[in-house]
Amino acid sequence: MPPNDIKRRKLLSSAAIGTLLLGGCDRLAENDTVQRVLASAEGLTRRVHRLLGGAHTLAPEYTEADLSPVFKANGTLDPDDDGYQAMAAKHFVDWRLEVTGLVERKLRMSLEDLRAMPPRTQITRHDCVEGWSCIGKWKGAVLSDVLRQAGPLAGARFVVFHCADLMDNADPDSRYYESIGIEEAFHPQTILAYDMNDAPLPVAHGAPLRVRVERQLGYKMAKYVMRIELVDSFAHIANGNGGYWEDQGYAWYAGI
Amino acid sequence: MEGNPDVGNDTVTTRADRPAGLAGGRPLRHLIQRHSVVVRVTHWINLLCLTILLMSGLQIFNAHPALYWGNISDFAHPALSMDAVQPQNGPPRGITTVFGHRFDTTGVLGLSRDAAGQPWERGFPAWATLPGEQSLAGGRLWHFFFAWLFVLNGSVYLLAGFLRGHFVRDLLPGREQLRHIGRTTLDHLLFRFPKGEAARRYNVLQKLAYLVVIFGFLPFMLLTGLTMSPRMDAAWPQLLILFGGRQSARTIHFILAWSLVAFVLVHVFMVLVSGVWNNLRSMVTGRYAIEESRDAAE
Repeated sequence: MPPNDIKRRKLLSSAAIGTLLLGGCDRLAENDTVQRVLASAEGLTRRVHRLLGGAHTLAPEYTEADLSPVFKANGTLDPDDDGYQAMAAKHFVDWRLEVTGLVERKLRMSLEDLRAMPPRTQITRHDCVEGWSCIGKWKGAVLSDVLRQAGPLAGARFVVFHCADLMDNADPDSRYYESIGIEEAFHPQTILAYDMNDAPLPVAHGAPLRVRVERQLGYKMAKYVMRIELVDSFAHIANGNGGYWEDQGYAWYAGI
Repeated sequence: MEGNPDVGNDTVTTRADRPAGLAGGRPLRHLIQRHSVVVRVTHWINLLCLTILLMSGLQIFNAHPALYWGNISDFAHPALSMDAVQPQNGPPRGITTVFGHRFDTTGVLGLSRDAAGQPWERGFPAWATLPGEQSLAGGRLWHFFFAWLFVLNGSVYLLAGFLRGHFVRDLLPGREQLRHIGRTTLDHLLFRFPKGEAARRYNVLQKLAYLVVIFGFLPFMLLTGLTMSPRMDAAWPQLLILFGGRQSARTIHFILAWSLVAFVLVHVFMVLVSGVWNNLRSMVTGRYAIEESRDAAE
């Protein structure tokens, strides 16, 4: 390396330290290497969380008295999609949930099919990544029951939820999606909720079906679910980070 | 003077500070070893961690600049909130509401200016947050990385402190010290700082302040932070009982953060008024100069 480069590099690194010390860390924060180093804490958090209490801990459940008077709806409130709007107009009788990917049997299920399965009802706290919390009552089919019907193949490591809503109407590739690990998918509180607070799930909260992943933050709990796909890797989906918000820089593991 | 048995065997040198003569009037100074290398290294790493945790924490707070008590957010009645409002005439204002009392905090809280000087609806201003721009994802990346560094650094400090008896020897106030707490407080308020033998150890106010921070503020900062994690609430539901719910934990986390800022302000002020170079040197090289009172020297 020519000495000039070393000098420049030294200058750059001292400039970086100066920037940090001055509190204006933006240039540093945008640096890819810095981002990678910072993001390395996510895996540690996930592993330690799993270690503490084990894989099967249950999220706290609350009582009717604890229900939020107003449950805030966030993200997409009414998907701007013709196909979705047509289904919503007919109370989702034409809606079908597809289960595809690494499964022995592909499934196509109506809301009636899901309602015919043994339901699970739970009153849980919904924590948004923004910081607020609401408590709601959810009723739905247990995801593990649905997955067992489909028969996951040995290579299935993640469950991906493909949704009806576009996050940016100008961008057809901005459809919301999320993914969770197979262990979280088989957790007893992970359900496909069709009822909220004893009524059919409102459109603002993801009608006809939203997933509940009670030990993680709200953005994992995809609304307007259309298709469930079992995969061995999500690297090929959208920008490859496992979810719409993950593709915008949020952590895939949202247990904190 | 170098052979003075009272000085003890931790005296590093007196030569550099030897008085011109006993009657010369300059007090004697001894350099003693005050802070162990573990204390010094962990002190500065902790400063770095807390600075980044504070700034990235304010960034995270800005995603929903309101606080509540209990498990859930009662959006209509926050304990504290920062908003931008548009009056009927005139420019937008930043309003901070605390328990229903409204304060105009335009320019700092609720509404501040961005780099281009444009008014910006924001809880805390850009200069106080990390990153400066609005980025919840970025703030979380910084916050959780440095939270781990804070925990590892704090663990090293605590382990060394217990194993080497640092806490019991240097931080636990003696009965004698506690009895004279009134006198010490008065001395402190009058900026009369101990000299000679008394300067070798922390005074009772220092000891209590450090104990509260080390075994109160900082561990509770960590625990209230963990209480906000849905996965931790599943593993340790006792956390929710301890802090009265997730939103209470978030509020306590916020209050503790500013309590730490208040501690640091007082701490830095005391460092400045009680001999800034001596204090700084002791936290960098470990060596601290003690002035003997004239009487003792003569």
